[in-house]
Amino acid sequence: MSAFFAMGGYAMYVWPAYALFFIVLIADYINPWLRRRRNLRELRGRLARQAARQQRNPSAP
Amino acid sequence: MANWIPLWVHKLSSPPNFYRFAGVVRPWALVLALVLGAIALYGGLVLAPADYQQGDAYRIIFIHVPCAWMSLFCYGMMAIASFISLVWRIKLAEVVAMESAPIGAAFTFITLVTGSLWGKPMWGTWWTWDARLTSELVLLFLYLGVIGLYHSFEDRRQGARAAAFLAIIGIINVPIVHFSVNWWNTLHQGSTIRILGPSKISTAMLWPLLTMMAATKFYYIASLFGRVRTDLLSMESGKDWVKQIAEREGHA
Repeated sequence: MSAFFAMGGYAMYVWPAYALFFIVLIADYINPWLRRRRNLRELRGRLARQAARQQRNPSAP
Repeated sequence: MANWIPLWVHKLSSPPNFYRFAGVVRPWALVLALVLGAIALYGGLVLAPADYQQGDAYRIIFIHVPCAWMSLFCYGMMAIASFISLVWRIKLAEVVAMESAPIGAAFTFITLVTGSLWGKPMWGTWWTWDARLTSELVLLFLYLGVIGLYHSFEDRRQGARAAAFLAIIGIINVPIVHFSVNWWNTLHQGSTIRILGPSKISTAMLWPLLTMMAATKFYYIASLFGRVRTDLLSMESGKDWVKQIAEREGHA
């Protein structure tokens, strides 16, 4: 097992490469998901404000 | 839209339909990417023997080469979608083009850094201005240019149009990256995997490489569809179908 992690002496090159691969792709995957959550939250806020305005003043658009 | 395009394409390209379609496909693409990726990693890191010249350092190939292929593939997809968006003004094509750019940039970045990590022990240098490395760096700048141009306009569709032009012009760099190892004398090695004729690699090393290639393709689909869904929601935020989704997820 330790031989596997040692990578024949190249561990300091091989493992950072693999770590970077996963870190970059995970970041790429999470980014739009966070953006989507934020957008929907903002939209819900806007809709709630609109509904409140409508209740106060039913003739407004 | 031109009338030779089948009706189902037209239907699928409407934002609410594509949103739903992408939502169904995305989890499957992600699962396939993860399963194939895990198999490829096991094959590449555990089963494949060490290289007779490079020892275990060569194992970087199992991510470096698939990512390099993806850096060109994403650019191709971005350029094709850009062309479609400019000619037929399809909103979905615009979104696909603009959301392919960050994924391609991510793959290009991984390619450059893993290549550097591979180059240090094998060539004795992190970086050299050789044709393959330089053209791949130019590819990264093209991606960043497309992303930057897209975001520098107040109006998103105007930005997408300008960025689509840049994406199409920049496609000239894709064959340059691909053939750079044949056209110039480079430190970077030539192609190992050949579509025509036998590949110059043993089967034990080849199958993990090809499996990882498939995994990254599925990853692209999963990531792209997630991004496209997000963009469609924000572009169409005034529409009823988006409001319904916002309300449904608010209660959940």
